[in-house]
Parts: sequence; structure tokens; C-alpha cells
Amino acid sequence: MILVILENQRGNIHVFSQEAVVAGQQLSTKLGLDLSILCLGENASALKEQASNYKVKNLILAQHDLISSYSADGYSKALDQIISELSPKYVLMGHSYMVRDFLPRVSAKSDVPFISDIISVTYHDNVPIFARQVFNAKIVTNIQADSNNNTTLLSFQSAAFSSDNIEAGSPENQIDFSLNLDTSDIRSESEPEFQESASSVDLTTAELIVSVGRGIDSQDNLPMIEALASAMGAEIASSRPVVDMGWLPSYRQVGSSGQVVSPKLYLSVGISGAIQHVVGMKGSKNIMAINKDKEAPIFEIADYAVIGDLMEIVPKLTEEIQKNK
Amino acid sequence: MKIAVLTKAIPSYESSIRIDSSEKWIDESIVNFVVNESDSYALEEALQIKEQLNDNSEVVVVIMGSESNTSKVLKDGLAKGADRGIFIKNDTSETDPLSIAKIFSEQLKEESFDLILSGLQSDDLGSGQTGVLIGELLNMSTATLGIETKIEDGKIKVKRELESGWFQWVTLPFPASVSIQSGINEPRYPSLKGIMGAKRKEVKLVDAQSVSDSKQKFIKLFLPKTEKVTEKIEGTVDEIVSRMIDILKNNLKVI
Repeated sequence: MILVILENQRGNIHVFSQEAVVAGQQLSTKLGLDLSILCLGENASALKEQASNYKVKNLILAQHDLISSYSADGYSKALDQIISELSPKYVLMGHSYMVRDFLPRVSAKSDVPFISDIISVTYHDNVPIFARQVFNAKIVTNIQADSNNNTTLLSFQSAAFSSDNIEAGSPENQIDFSLNLDTSDIRSESEPEFQESASSVDLTTAELIVSVGRGIDSQDNLPMIEALASAMGAEIASSRPVVDMGWLPSYRQVGSSGQVVSPKLYLSVGISGAIQHVVGMKGSKNIMAINKDKEAPIFEIADYAVIGDLMEIVPKLTEEIQKNK
Repeated sequence: MKIAVLTKAIPSYESSIRIDSSEKWIDESIVNFVVNESDSYALEEALQIKEQLNDNSEVVVVIMGSESNTSKVLKDGLAKGADRGIFIKNDTSETDPLSIAKIFSEQLKEESFDLILSGLQSDDLGSGQTGVLIGELLNMSTATLGIETKIEDGKIKVKRELESGWFQWVTLPFPASVSIQSGINEPRYPSLKGIMGAKRKEVKLVDAQSVSDSKQKFIKLFLPKTEKVTEKIEGTVDEIVSRMIDILKNNLKVI
């Protein structure tokens, strides 16, 4: 069995989970193993409802009062029980912050390997080989799980698969899994999730994004970027250093600790392309990057690599866009 | 309170990384090893907790690897203020996070640490699992991506960074293993007094004992393939901007 676990993100199936469903559907077809989808804990009934048009053999619901909101203690205990009962060959999730928080616990508890942050899957004699980025994304490694493993845990980097490719269908079986949890299992106490800043912008639905990085050198150069964004009708986003320096509020941040976006055009200005930023925007339909360093890693994922001085290019570009209106 | 800080020596960002002839590891001889960035924040957090408690708390720097790769990082941790060190000598390039965590746990269990702090992930292998795995193996409570900590009423409160600008406070009983996000504090530099004093601090040397077979293995390293066809746009500012306008207007139809 291939088991994909859905994560709740404020009432909906997390987009990383949708991508994991695609990975699961492909792995299931390739290896000839049944696909099961597990709706676990927090908001599980609603997630099950949302997953009811996925092509999947078994749709499993596992709920318990003690995991009606997430905790690493509760989720790891619950998943350990599910794994020992169902013995899935592979357990798949998106590489979210929640997964980083509890899936290693399951790896240690169930004594099974966890291959995290996978970017692609290939097959060698029908054995899946998983690729991960290592050494600051300068190198990629192929990883194989030992064939003696009963179960292997997998998490996929955002946009490793596209949620557009989910195969539709309907579940053949709907199963309720009963969990055995005790209050003493949950040692931690969690407070409600919160955002620091009152205002926020949903960059995930933006069609056009102009994103700014450390390369603008000074906060004084922000109006120039705002003028470009306004001429294009684009939202402004940024990399982490710009937020850390207080030039833009944190809700403008794209990357692993910010938002994950996939606009029609992502125009990056003065961003070098550290992996933490790239995971948040590489799913963009088109990427145009302006940077004076022709070795900048951002150019490896760009469709258009503009090599030059942003201080000269941006004002001129803004002017020309206004003329073309 | 007895606090362990897991630190790792990793290739510096500027180091050139070459795949070695086995194709399963890199050529370490041309690499400059430095402390993993988020681990230095974890150490600073441990030192600040000790200073706030102002009791007989102890901060222990724990590092695994070969002597040549790790000795500078370990010395630096002691110079910054850690009370003693544990050096787990391991000349293999083990890459299975669970095997690595088992080696650590074997060596740490007798120490009965109240708190283990670690960076959220290493910038070389980047699995982001070690601190959590060790927490589970040693039956500790765990939290990840801490960007603020408070010791209150015999517990640790951790402000966790979630996705998309969201946060959450979790309170954990001791013993606890917490991974720390970069940017949580301002790591100190070692003082001259600290550097001189570091030489007299105790470092316990232990050999890594292989605990089980690796459940996952690197089978081949390779350079990233660029799948995209990238159009380079260079020239004078006028040439560049004119090509950009052409693309935005005619190819992408966004203006």
C-alpha cells in the first residue's frame, strides 16, 4: 500500500498535500500498489470531504479528541499505530513545517527511514530512486531506501509535483481507523496560531509578482520597485533578508518561511536565489530575473536571465511599460 | 539545567564542492569546514538561557565527525562560553539521519540532558531531522523552528515559526529537544578570555558506535541539471529593456 497523508491548512487540504497525492498516484501506478489517502486529526472530516473526488482505492479517516488540533506527540503516536496496522510500503506527505515537526518522531518510533524534501522520483528496475538537494543545492543526490524496510517515509519539496495533475475519480472504500490515545501521550500544550502583523496580502493568488532582494542595497530604492510593480499591476514580494532588515513587512516574504507562490510571471529583482527563497517561487509559470552577477543561482531556474544593473534597468523598464499602455 | 547543543561542521558556503571518485561523497580535502549557521544560533540561545537562569546550569557542545573537520568548530563553541564538549569521533560519511541520531542518542543517554538545542537543519545534508529523532529516541518532548524561547514554571515555551507568516507558542515539559531557526538572537563572538579559557575545558572523546545498518543510502551524487531553457538577456540598458518589453508584451502578454 501507498499511503498519502493530508494536512489541514486553515480548513483546506494543504497544497503540498495535493502535490503529494499526485506523487502517490504516480508511485501507485508504477509499483502496482494500492493507493490510500489518510485524513488525520485536525479537521479530518472536512479534508475527507474535499478528497472525495480523488482517484484512490481507500479513503481513511482517523480522528480522536486528543488530536483534533495538531501536536507532534499526538500525531506521531497516531501515525505509528496506523503504520504498524496497515504496513504501508511508502508514506507520503508534503515537506511542510508540520511534517518537519513530527515525521522524524515517527521515523524513530516506528524505526523506519524518512527521506525528506524530495525533488523528483525516478525508477531503476521498478525500484524508486529519490533525488534530494544537498550542499546548499550545489549537488543533487539519488537515495535508495534499503529493501529490508517494511515502510519508508517520504516528504516532497513544494512544486516537485503539480497539484494540477491530480487524477479525479472516487474512492472504492471508505474506512474509519480507530486510534488508541491517552491524555498522558500529549506532553506539550499548544496555543492558537497567530500572525504578527494585522494586515496581510495573499500573494498565492497574484498573477504578477515583482519580488525584491538584498540587491537593491537600500530601503531608499524601494519606491523605484513600487513604481515598476504599479506600472505592471503586480504585487510586491521579497526574499527573507529584505524582511529581516525591516524594509518590507513579513507578509510580503516568499520562500520556505514565507508564502509559496505560482504567478503567471515572477519578476525577481536583485535576488540571488538561495534555496530557501527558490522553494517558494519555482512553481511560477514564468520567471524573469534581473541580477548583475551572471553566476547567481536564480538564473538556473529562470526562463529569462537579465544580466545587468537593476538601478539602471528598473526605471527605464517602468518608463517603457507606461508608454506601452 | 543541563543543556546540550548539537553543532555540526559543514563546508562553508564559499567552498567549492566537487564530487569524489566514489560518486557517493564529496572531496573533503578542498573544503573549509565551518559551523552550521543555525547551530550557532542554538548555541547562543543555550548560553542566554544559562545566563538568565544564573544558577549552576551547564552548556555542553556536542559534535560528531572527523577530528580534522570538527576541531575548530568545537574549540569555537567552548571559547564562546560552553562549559565542556563531547566529541563523537566518526570518520565515516554516514548520511542516514536515523543512524546518525542513534549514534548521538547512544552517547547522550547517560548524560540525562534536560534540554537539547540544535539548528533546524544542516546546510550540507539538509534533512532537518536530527534534533527531533534524538528527542524521540531519548523519550523527550520536541518542538521545531523555534524563533523565541522562555523558561517558565519549570517548562520551556517555544515560539514556533509556521508557514506563510504564522506562529504558535508551544509549552514543553523537560526533558525537551528543540530545534532553532536562524535569526532568533545575535550570536556572540568569542572573547580573548574565552579563547584562552577554552584550552582548559574538558572535552570527552568517544568513538561513534555503529548501531544499525543504514536504512537509506546515497547511491549517486550529481550536478543539478537545468531543465529550463534560459534566455540570456545582456547588452546596453536600452537593448535589455527593449527585449524585456518585447517578452512581456508578445510572449507573456502581461502588459
